[in-house]
Amino acid sequence: MSAAISDDFLIRPHQEWSFYDLHRVFERLRPIAEGEFGLDLYPVQLEVISAEQMLDAYSSIGLPLMYRHWSFGKRFAREEALYRQGYASLAYEIVINSNPCLVYVMEDNSLLMQSLVIAHAAFGHNHFFKNNALFRQWTDASAIIPYMEFAKNYIAKCEERYGEEAVERVLDAAHALMTHGVDRCPRKKISLSEEEKLERERQMEEQRMLETLWGIPSRKRPASARAERQRLFSLPEENILYFLEKKAPLLKPWQREVLRIVRNIAQYFYPQRQTRLMNEGCATYVHYTLMNRLYEQGMVDDGAMLEFLHAHSSVITQPDYDHPAFSGINVYALGFAMMRDLARIAVAPTEEDRVWFPDIAGSGDPWSVLREAWANHRDESFIRQYLSPEVIRRFRLFSIADDGENDYLVEAIHDEQGYETLRWRLADHFDLARNEPQIEIVDVDLDGDRCLELEHRVIDGRLLDERSAKLVLGHLADLWGYEVRLAEIDAESDRVLRRYDAAPRRNRI
Amino acid sequence: MNIIDRRLNPRGKNLPNRQRFIRRAKQQILESVREASSRESLREDGDSRVNIRGDALEEPQFRLSPRAGTRFHIAPGNKRYVAGDRIPREEEGRGGAGGAGESGGVESFEFALDRDEFVDLFLEDLELPHLMKKDFQTDDQEKLERAGYQRTGAAANLDLRLTMRLSLARRIALHRPKAKEIEALEAELARLEEAGDVRAAEVAAQLARVRARHDRIPFLDPLDLRYRRFAFVPKPATSAVMFCLMDVSGSMTAAMKDLAKQFYRLLYLFLKRRYRKVEIVFIRHTHVAREVDEETFFHSTESGGTIVSTALREMIRIMEERYPVRDWNIYAAQASDGDNMPVDNHQTVALLRDHILPLCQYYAYLEVRQEDDHLSGMSDLWRAYQRLAQDGYPIAMRRVSRRNQIYPVFRQLFSPKTETEVPA
Repeated sequence: MSAAISDDFLIRPHQEWSFYDLHRVFERLRPIAEGEFGLDLYPVQLEVISAEQMLDAYSSIGLPLMYRHWSFGKRFAREEALYRQGYASLAYEIVINSNPCLVYVMEDNSLLMQSLVIAHAAFGHNHFFKNNALFRQWTDASAIIPYMEFAKNYIAKCEERYGEEAVERVLDAAHALMTHGVDRCPRKKISLSEEEKLERERQMEEQRMLETLWGIPSRKRPASARAERQRLFSLPEENILYFLEKKAPLLKPWQREVLRIVRNIAQYFYPQRQTRLMNEGCATYVHYTLMNRLYEQGMVDDGAMLEFLHAHSSVITQPDYDHPAFSGINVYALGFAMMRDLARIAVAPTEEDRVWFPDIAGSGDPWSVLREAWANHRDESFIRQYLSPEVIRRFRLFSIADDGENDYLVEAIHDEQGYETLRWRLADHFDLARNEPQIEIVDVDLDGDRCLELEHRVIDGRLLDERSAKLVLGHLADLWGYEVRLAEIDAESDRVLRRYDAAPRRNRI
Repeated sequence: MNIIDRRLNPRGKNLPNRQRFIRRAKQQILESVREASSRESLREDGDSRVNIRGDALEEPQFRLSPRAGTRFHIAPGNKRYVAGDRIPREEEGRGGAGGAGESGGVESFEFALDRDEFVDLFLEDLELPHLMKKDFQTDDQEKLERAGYQRTGAAANLDLRLTMRLSLARRIALHRPKAKEIEALEAELARLEEAGDVRAAEVAAQLARVRARHDRIPFLDPLDLRYRRFAFVPKPATSAVMFCLMDVSGSMTAAMKDLAKQFYRLLYLFLKRRYRKVEIVFIRHTHVAREVDEETFFHSTESGGTIVSTALREMIRIMEERYPVRDWNIYAAQASDGDNMPVDNHQTVALLRDHILPLCQYYAYLEVRQEDDHLSGMSDLWRAYQRLAQDGYPIAMRRVSRRNQIYPVFRQLFSPKTETEVPA
């Protein structure tokens, strides 16, 4: 226990918090985080909320402003029922990637929990949001809140003008395609706010182009049409919502704008979906080291430190595969373990580490190693590069192959032969591109029935789930306005494995 | 760091989403609500749990089938396997296939509906027949109500606020010089005259003009006057009384009473939604009738014969004593197994026809049967009432023998088209 207790400030176990306390905690942590750790932060705005508001923030996918849709009501109803029955406890905080960085904290956290939350979100997540390359490239932190304000009002206005149900049908369809409403490679980088201005002009321009295109009599078009069409429509296109917004012939301008809103939100969240492990790992590692510094400085008493360790260890618990509580890999646990391991490798490497990580082993500066990793990776590449044998052994990871019929085959375990395979498989596990179907729009049949053609490149024989695919294609056809065909094509042999057709429902959109 | 306390923000931010959600899931919620109501009694307060399947609430997305193709799972906590081992599929059980937790099935979930939402859904689109008194045009049921403004009227009814507002507007519009302006000019004139300035004449002329304009435009003009207007409007009776009549003779079993109770509950909920104040009068009868409290009404039995007219007499007495027709909407629901002393039927019908039905908004007769009783024909009482219904009196009648019939029967009775329906 540290002897020096600075001024009169001491965090005791289960102590109530005050606004002044929160300020003091923040001001204590800041010089450590910015000085010693070298974190680079957005200004912080801490917002204290009640349980109901926390449930609400959950159910509107974590954004403080959101347009109205029944699915958020559904999520709220479900979360509330789980919460009331005691099956689920609420998160301690929610943090928004915005500038200033918004951190929502629950009113009934103790002072220690609030300190933990500030360390975790206001420093950890905040640094990650501001510095990770994906976020820098894809999101505009200062524009998201104004943009959501715009989106909310725009959709409310549409509801007033065209009726709730008409808007709901477009939103339902757009939500169904939300996972395929992101650009995986950069198109071009302009801020959301700028885009809003450009949008009107561009839309009118494209509409004009499209109308001319539809108007051309079909026999005048050259016979080798496919390549030409692909050029005209800039196909193939993986961002289905983008394609529909720009090129679907029958949509009204407000419907295009709704698609655009959903697409922009999907794009905003795309980096978060790719960096869950790193983001939580970074935040957990930061809160762990910060809280320990506070303890060393005598600002946290022993009881409160136990309270902290209890909360911390329940966050980073990883149940074994055969434990009843097992539900996959805990990103907090693995993320924290990897960050801690990286810091260890930088300071006290073993012989093994020197072989695996010649660049960073023994560099002596753990924070610069971590900052570098946090800035330049997403989960998949981070694991591919930094998952160490040490962590694999600690988690006793093993990989099994499942062909859907035969017994599971244990492919690799935590031994010398297994490390590389496990690293590879785990990286794949966190690779969105492998876990979401790769679907592209490949052609539009202009001569015939204006049918839209899509392809799903099937990897390892992993076909689409049939039921949901049919439903989504129904929505897609509604938006496109004409028939839609999807072919599932084996990526290796180019063989067509399965086909789907969908026709638009009358008067749906 | 900024700290903002959001706890005081208005609650219920999620309400519009919830309304949309309930609208969306209405069909399923309705089914669930109705099923629940046939199982258990309608609770008087508190929230109701509703369990619905997620069909209409599905949010489909393209996703890979959890079954097709080859997949690799990574799991922690290996204790006994080495590379190349085979793990039998069954042994893995639920979570073993690390992280592939999502199944393709349709989700179902439970949530709570609050009291109002529940009742609204439950009684949705039902309507009370003859909601308001038909003959309310008599003098003593009219009352004076404010009905806007008029330009003439008694001085006592002058609306000062509005009058002054209009006056002010007119004065501003016509640029009536303010007292302050005149004072300023007077002061200016006095100063100039004292100094012997030549501009004094000019200012004096201006002052005269301003004074003239000030006098020409009155402070208050007859144009500004507004009087409160009153009009006589018929006063609708906003209170309802519900008479529950029940046969409690030995032939009514506990199960049959329970059916009746269900029906009364529904009727009460329903009336409560429509009227500001609803009172319930319980009258039970054998060969004598008595007004009792709810507990006695449903739970104690009595022996004796069955004379329905005694209950009707009691009802008439109470109506005259406590519930004058011009202030109360009167509803009555009678539950019986159809037994009555044959000699009494004539009298019962006469009482109903001459004294009760003309005053009632609605009279419902519920004949409860034993659950296994499919054979017995119509009771005498039923036949007697049927004639009344055929003659167009506001009486509705149904037979029930099971709990789950109560709600449909109730719906039938109050769905907008069914007014005085004659059962086939």
